[in-house]
Amino acid sequence: MNPKILIVAEHDGTRLNVSTARCVSCARALAGAEITIAVCATDPGAVAAQAAQLEGVARVLAVANPANAHALAAVLAPQIVALAGPFTHVLGPSTTYGKDLMARVAGLLGAPQVSDIMGLESPVRFRRPIYAGNAILTVEAEAGAKVVGTVRMASFEAVGAGGPAPIEKVAVSVEIPAHTRFISVSAAKSDRPDLQTAARVVSGGRALGSAEGFKILYSLADKLGAAVGASRAAVDAGYAPNEMQVGQTGKIIAPELYLAVGISGAIQHLTGIKDARTIVAINKDGEAPIFEVADFGLIGDLFQVIPELEKLVSS
Amino acid sequence: MKRILVGIKRVVDFNVRIRVRPDGSGVVTDGVKMSVNPFDEIALEEALRIKERGGAEEVIVATVGPADTQQQLRSALAMGADRALHVQADGVIEPLVAARALLKLIEREQPFLVILGKQAIDDDNGQTGQVLAALWNRPQATYASRLEIVGDTTARVTREVDAGLETLEIDLPAVITTDLRLNEPRYVKLPDIMKAKKKPLETSSLAALGVEPRQQLKLVRFEPPPQRQKGIRVKDAAELVEQLKKKGIL
Ligand SMILES: Cc1cc2nc3c(=O)[nH]c(=O)nc-3n(C[C@H](O)[C@H](O)[C@H](O)COP(=O)(O)OP(=O)(O)OC[C@H]3O[C@@H](n4cnc5c(N)ncnc54)[C@H](O)[C@@H]3O)c2cc1C
Ligand SMILES: Nc1ncnc2c1ncn2[C@@H]1O[C@H](COP(=O)(O)O)[C@@H](O)[C@H]1O
Repeated sequence: MNPKILIVAEHDGTRLNVSTARCVSCARALAGAEITIAVCATDPGAVAAQAAQLEGVARVLAVANPANAHALAAVLAPQIVALAGPFTHVLGPSTTYGKDLMARVAGLLGAPQVSDIMGLESPVRFRRPIYAGNAILTVEAEAGAKVVGTVRMASFEAVGAGGPAPIEKVAVSVEIPAHTRFISVSAAKSDRPDLQTAARVVSGGRALGSAEGFKILYSLADKLGAAVGASRAAVDAGYAPNEMQVGQTGKIIAPELYLAVGISGAIQHLTGIKDARTIVAINKDGEAPIFEVADFGLIGDLFQVIPELEKLVSS
Repeated sequence: MKRILVGIKRVVDFNVRIRVRPDGSGVVTDGVKMSVNPFDEIALEEALRIKERGGAEEVIVATVGPADTQQQLRSALAMGADRALHVQADGVIEPLVAARALLKLIEREQPFLVILGKQAIDDDNGQTGQVLAALWNRPQATYASRLEIVGDTTARVTREVDAGLETLEIDLPAVITTDLRLNEPRYVKLPDIMKAKKKPLETSSLAALGVEPRQQLKLVRFEPPPQRQKGIRVKDAAELVEQLKKKGIL
């Protein structure tokens, strides 16, 4: 039996998140996979059209429901379960949206979930990181069992354009709970590239000393066209907002260039940057563990080095 | 009685350098320091604070695991939990099994709030809270960085999501999972460790609760991650830029 894979789209109501194209890429690693994308929205038209353009997608299911105005796991999960019947795999991105939702889907299905899939060896064999990426585990599901999974974003490139695949409007009649209500979301708007997909990232740690101190990183990042990230210590101290945290419990990223500035390199941080192509470390302590993984290490005071660096890349 | 139930998992301490066994059968755990999963300490701290504010009368901690996990329950009692429940289970305990067992305890104890960690730092699954909320058919608010109980029937939870901070209102009872910035857990004082020895710790088992210890994912192989090559030292910003240019990165 060829794998039949349902991918749960991530979107903001109008635009498909690139995480979905990465899930498609993961699904395509299975020979003969038939890939369907589910778009649940108030008005799924625009997002479904974008999903239908992804290379390798056979079909898009568009589910319209006014309750889908905000991505609430408790609201979305029963709809996904209603669609899941014929599929061998139900996949979503390992983003906060996907992690929150997919495990609820798995619970309703009574199915096993493989979190943070980084590779597939067969339709039932998956590789995933554990212990903050300090070990890679291969797991195997029972043959014929339905498997739920979240896809580790740093392990898969987004697929390009293909299609368009046919879009089917489907009505699911499930009870939508009213016990969970969206109140608000505060997202800092910035013109910088998105941390999760940026080719270049400049990250700061506790050493920056204040939110004010972080400004020298923003300034350098703008010269480089880079996104800005942070260590947990920097976020905890209020120097940077939570969505900038990189690491085991923050974002896992795979930029071309990662500049770690005043970051010691704790394992929980390193797990977030393992797939970065080139790591640069700037730290005044030559013994800092970050130097063990850095391609280029510079021992020095960041408050001196960063302005110099900015001048050099501007000229 | 107004109760909060907190899920506790015993894990390898976050400071331990993890090594994979040469035969690929697992990671080295002999003689390794074990602790309460850090996110569960945050869960317990939050429960204790709610109780201290008068928002709850009892804080129960529960774990599903082998006999050794009682050490972590004792730590939780020392931190301030009133009572501990140990569901004896050996081998791999998947989120679905842990959630089914926790649900049995919920049915018995009728908590108005259940707080778990957002992920266990050993398996990094990040599933149990959501699976439990699904089985219980109750709201979930994952990755909480702020929790406010409003009246007797609802809670307002601020969640750390990729976009920033999201606020939800949920009806109680519900499942919350904790993120790092919800609070900073208190330190345990020596006299509390002594006192904890006298607090009630009740043991049952998966079989007694009627939960099947099913393992749906076989652990085939553990491997160390690929190591990055150690790089080179540069003396200043100029040399760094030069090197990056040479590599075609700038
Ligand atoms: C369960 C758990 C989950 C975690 N998850 C994450 C996570 O997702 N992401 C994460 O980052 N951390 C995480 N951590 C925290 C992690 O263990 C470290 O505490 C944290 O990464 C340290 O941040 P830091 O490197 O900024 O601070 P520090 O470790 O304090 O390092 C600061 C560094 O700056 C250097 N420095 C100081 N002044 C200067 C200067 N003027 N110029 C140059 N260098 C200077 C110092 O030499 C030092 O190396 C987690 C921890 C736990 C327990
Ligand atoms: N065996 C268990 N016993 C009690 N609580 C657990 C157990 N496994 C997981 N949990 C709880 O669920 C959270 C998430 O775990 P996980 O889904 O394994 O990442 C943990 O932080 C605990 O609060």
